[in-house]
Amino acid sequence: MTVSIIGAGVAGLTCACVLVDQGVSVKIYEQSDAIGSNACSWYAGGMLAPWCESESSEQWVLDHGIESIEWWDQHTSNLTKNGSLVLSMQRDKRDIQRYATLTENHRWLNGSEISEMEPDLSGRFERGLFYADEAHLDSRLALQQLVGYLSSKNVDVQFDRSITVNDCNSDYVIDCRGYGARHDLPELRGVKGEMLLLKSNDISLSRAVRLVHPRYPLYIVPRAEGLFMLGATMIENDERHRISARSMLELLSAAYALHPAFGEAEILEIGVDVRPAFSNNLPQLRRNKNTLYVNGLYRHGFLLGPAIAKLAAQAILDESKFLEVKPCALS
Amino acid sequence: MPNFYNVEFDNALLLGTAQYPSPAILTDAIRHSQVQIVTASLRREAGGSGAGQNFWDMIKGLGIRVLPNTASCYSVKEAVTTAHMAREVFDTRWIKLEVIGNSDTLQPDIFGLVEAARILCEDGFEVFPYTTEDLVLADKLLQVGCEVLMPWGSPIGSGRGLNNPYGIRTLRAHFPDVPLIIDAGIGLPSQAAQAMELGCDAVLLNTAVAKSGDPVTMAKAFADAISAGRAAFLSTPIEMSDMAQPSTPVIGKAFLA
Repeated sequence: MTVSIIGAGVAGLTCACVLVDQGVSVKIYEQSDAIGSNACSWYAGGMLAPWCESESSEQWVLDHGIESIEWWDQHTSNLTKNGSLVLSMQRDKRDIQRYATLTENHRWLNGSEISEMEPDLSGRFERGLFYADEAHLDSRLALQQLVGYLSSKNVDVQFDRSITVNDCNSDYVIDCRGYGARHDLPELRGVKGEMLLLKSNDISLSRAVRLVHPRYPLYIVPRAEGLFMLGATMIENDERHRISARSMLELLSAAYALHPAFGEAEILEIGVDVRPAFSNNLPQLRRNKNTLYVNGLYRHGFLLGPAIAKLAAQAILDESKFLEVKPCALS
Repeated sequence: MPNFYNVEFDNALLLGTAQYPSPAILTDAIRHSQVQIVTASLRREAGGSGAGQNFWDMIKGLGIRVLPNTASCYSVKEAVTTAHMAREVFDTRWIKLEVIGNSDTLQPDIFGLVEAARILCEDGFEVFPYTTEDLVLADKLLQVGCEVLMPWGSPIGSGRGLNNPYGIRTLRAHFPDVPLIIDAGIGLPSQAAQAMELGCDAVLLNTAVAKSGDPVTMAKAFADAISAGRAAFLSTPIEMSDMAQPSTPVIGKAFLA
């Protein structure tokens, strides 16, 4: 069996890996010229935090997110399994209490336990939540490693190839174009996200940290060599290339509140893109003849990519009729 | 039944559309509680060139009345510009006017509010001003042309309920014919019921539903409480008393012994 995959973001690459692991012959076509240059997953935080995400997600995300941690461990070398930390400023303790109530598999930490875990945050927080089974990865490195893995399996990953379903000469096509497929999937909407990449040698963190706030929630994911990924705003529009002053102010203020050392950090990059989402913010597989659309991963590309890829592979290989597979109404 | 600018409604619960886990849950919450008016913000979603069109189309697609708002506006000019954009996007003269005066408490800039309300009323808008419970301020807003008042219960999202029930009672007594919508600060259905028992016409809330663990059920709980509070107000509640008033006769018992 041969499968063509359109789109080399996290959805396309995880689908390719899962199929290749099952002996399928795969080709990938990506319209941009390099990995990540036109994929919203390039701007992902890379948190594998199914329990934290369940604060505002359906049970499906928790159930399928948990299995992704193991998959990434097998397919990348940069997974950090140190858990994740949720904190709030003293005045927002109501919000972290709410967070604790709505999520599971965590335990409360006191100030000294937080200091022990993250010495640079010593003395700054009296209480926090620790999710021991969560993990994070460097999303960009992970995407590159998937491409490397696919190349080692002789998968042809063609960049600069803008291709339509009809051009693909294969048994199946998997359309993983994200928001680029919105004309085929009219219910798809964009949810804008803005992120910053900072560099600081004054502070180090060993795990992803979320700062709960009623208006400016923030997460910071540490990466190698003093890099920190700050994210991410959630705005209901589909603007891909414009950060507002307000968003930047909010992200930086929240980082500064977490630790004033971020005030002296260097801003290396400002990222803006749009997450593809359906109205329930859950991913969907949709079939139209021999094309399978894998889309709507919203802000869970890394968290749910492996799980949805496995379902996609099953849908193709076993011709199974899954609940998640909906007939595609093309406009 | 609440009546705003000569449009009558059956449901006195108004919902905001922000912060829900997903648009699908927002839609379910609205349907389940039979809400007839939702408010929607534009300032941030607009981006550089009306980029929020998809979301606004989704709101319009609900088929109920939209009350666009000027949330996140800190000046008269911003609020007026946003109101004009709202009129175009939603094709309505209604505007929930917010001119924020403090980024921490999100309380209204009452001077800017009156000025923006005057400009918008003169321009043909039907203005719903987000205001405090201050009586003199309310009078000024009515003078410049507002026909509805939206006093806060307490700061936005705080869930503290009615900080000043006396102030709300005073507003009700002074302006018996002006629709009063409690806007902001409500956290529990009992607090919404209290506002209705005081004679308010409606309650607008967002966080208490959107950020609850089950927004769909919570929206219905609010709709029920608001309906109960309204019925209680219309039924002339008894006054409080310092001693018990037995509902069964005590004659024949030695109650003075």
